[in-house]
Amino acid sequence: MSPARTSAPTHVAAIDQGTTSTRCLVFDRRGRMIAVAQHEHRQHYPRPGWAEHDAAEIWTNTLRVLPEALDQAGLQPGDLAAVGIANQRETTVVWDRATGHPVAPAITWQDTRSSGVVESLNASSSAGLFREVCGLAPAGYFAAPRLRWLLDHVPGLQRRARLGEIAFGTIETWLIWNLTGGPDKGVHVTDVTNASRTMLMDIRSLDWDQRLLDALDIPREVLPEIRPNAQVYGSCAVGLPGVPIGGAFGDQQAALFGQACFAAGEAKCTYGTGAFLLMNTGAQITASSHGLISTVAHALEGQPTTYATEGSIAVAGALVQWFRDSLEMIRSAPEIETLARRVDDNGGCYIVPAFAGLFAPRWQPDARGVVVGLTSYVTRAHLARAVLEATAWQTAEVVDAMAADTGIGFTGLKVDGGMTANHLLMQYVADVLDLPVERPLMSESVSLGAAYAAGLAVDFWPDLDVLRDNWSRAARWDPTMSEGVRRRERSGWDRAVERTLGWVVDDV
Amino acid sequence: MPGTIQSIERAAAVLQFLGAVREPVALGDLAQALGLAKPTVHGIVRTLVGVGFVEQDAETGRYAVGEALAHLGDALDVHLLRSRASAWADGLAAHTGLEVELGVLTGRSVELLHHVFRPDGSPQRLRIGERQPLHATAVGLTLLAFSPTAARPRDLELTSYTPATTTRPLDLTRAVQQTARRGWALVDGTFRPGLASIAAPIRHHAGVGVGALGVVGPRERVLTPSGGPAAGLVEAIVTAADAVSDRLQERL
Repeated sequence: MSPARTSAPTHVAAIDQGTTSTRCLVFDRRGRMIAVAQHEHRQHYPRPGWAEHDAAEIWTNTLRVLPEALDQAGLQPGDLAAVGIANQRETTVVWDRATGHPVAPAITWQDTRSSGVVESLNASSSAGLFREVCGLAPAGYFAAPRLRWLLDHVPGLQRRARLGEIAFGTIETWLIWNLTGGPDKGVHVTDVTNASRTMLMDIRSLDWDQRLLDALDIPREVLPEIRPNAQVYGSCAVGLPGVPIGGAFGDQQAALFGQACFAAGEAKCTYGTGAFLLMNTGAQITASSHGLISTVAHALEGQPTTYATEGSIAVAGALVQWFRDSLEMIRSAPEIETLARRVDDNGGCYIVPAFAGLFAPRWQPDARGVVVGLTSYVTRAHLARAVLEATAWQTAEVVDAMAADTGIGFTGLKVDGGMTANHLLMQYVADVLDLPVERPLMSESVSLGAAYAAGLAVDFWPDLDVLRDNWSRAARWDPTMSEGVRRRERSGWDRAVERTLGWVVDDV
Repeated sequence: MPGTIQSIERAAAVLQFLGAVREPVALGDLAQALGLAKPTVHGIVRTLVGVGFVEQDAETGRYAVGEALAHLGDALDVHLLRSRASAWADGLAAHTGLEVELGVLTGRSVELLHHVFRPDGSPQRLRIGERQPLHATAVGLTLLAFSPTAARPRDLELTSYTPATTTRPLDLTRAVQQTARRGWALVDGTFRPGLASIAAPIRHHAGVGVGALGVVGPRERVLTPSGGPAAGLVEAIVTAADAVSDRLQERL
């Protein structure tokens, strides 16, 4: 069934390197997924607040999933026009250029050890410079403070960095370097979206900024070269021998691209453990007064850079998991819909999941979660409603903040991710936003975005219009809630949020 | 008590003993407590391990009540079913270009648990939650054929929706029997004129039908001119339905 290797390539592959697993997906010309292989990797938590991955294990898993996905699809490497990479953002790897071995465990985006680096930055005069040049207020969430921590704590690393003996990268950089030969002529590059999350890139020139490097004392020798999202970076020496690596993307920007949000004003929200809402703002870099992040949406060769504004919701699916695992109210996450459907409303109960403070748009680290409005009338079914409604209201807060920052009104929201299988939740999101919510047929938006970039780089797809035509609606939820109910529920949510504030105090 | 079966009584005694003890039990202790020979008890526990009612600790070799037994009385949650079916329903719509429906039995009708739009960009309305007649739809015929708790054809009210709707109990019985025999159902204009539909069962433990997955579309897209299923369509639907069935067996 597979075409002969001499015929023209028929498919594109994507590597989706995520927080818990590494996957390879194969897509056909119409963007339909025909195979997927997956391997999970271990999570290491050596101390409270630390979260590490073994970069070597991730590379080994990558080498396993590539042939497995090809086998499943009945294809050979020669049938692939290109491979693209989408990756967990902000996770930091440093390795020895000569041996190819990581010099330390990869510090993941969930790790909070670099908070000290950030505190001293914020206390210094350079905090404003970071905001101005890279578009980010210094936070432990980004990659550069982790690199600084490694340079401080791995013996001899700063010196070796200056000598050019070691290399830094986020995960896509690590994978591209290894795929293109590693110590033997490996290509050391990153893409603009991943680079935009380091705190070191000038968001306008799309190059490393020497002032920011100096502020963190990071030697330029360790940094990869910054490239557009769709460009042939090199060809695979191993894994998929001979196949061009045509693109890379941070996962949320990949999802924005995979959802075909190519024009200003188009937005998507990916509902996973957390939720990430990104809006394409075109050529405009939006300075947020509402706690949103300016970031690069995509950069294509020979075209002006497209920017995005991003709102992160820390706890979305994680609240359902908490309801399942910690409260033991349900056995599986989807059962929350069954439980919630036993009642018609929340019974006056609201849950605000400020488990680690409030994220966008409020950013209140001293807030903690609350369950409010309890009466003897409230049952666990009402609690289930309140759990789902919390995700919808958090989405509404980010949507409001984006509309205020950008001056662009939303006309609808594209959604993807596991929680979109929850019909009750999606209807509630449409109801509280008072906007249509649409789910695409190709639910693997992250991988599809990486595949699209790679396919564009090798002319497998001619342009964005063709990709836009691939987008197809699988479901659409239209708002049905009356204005009066929406106003009343919004007021209930707002009052619940107020009760989370200022909970954390110094020991009394 | 006439006709009691000794091996079942002994198996029940093993389960009751394991259920009463909080810690996993070694084979020798189990045999001694029940007053049975070790090889006899070994045969019983191995059989129970095979069906998942008993679990053996890999390190100590001791036995305990299995998770399958603890959840024996739990019905499959329909939203878990939707979640497990979602990717396959999407794939079916993408590859056939047709609208996809997943239905479950609710009383004497089909309830649409999941719905995927026809991927052609045309405006469509999400029909999740909609009720449909069992006797006039492919999803309904499939549920009648494979769901043990479905009503019998003669107990249903056979409302006519189009001139093609089956309204005689005997004809419906035949259609249900045919569906059971070949493993899929086909209807042609019996619910809405000009629309045809094909569906196959999603099965849980012991082959029990818990839902039906099908496609709906204009008759010329679903059927050949002679009225049979379009080439490859039945295979695509059955493959997707079987894949969902397999996923139901996976751990939560």
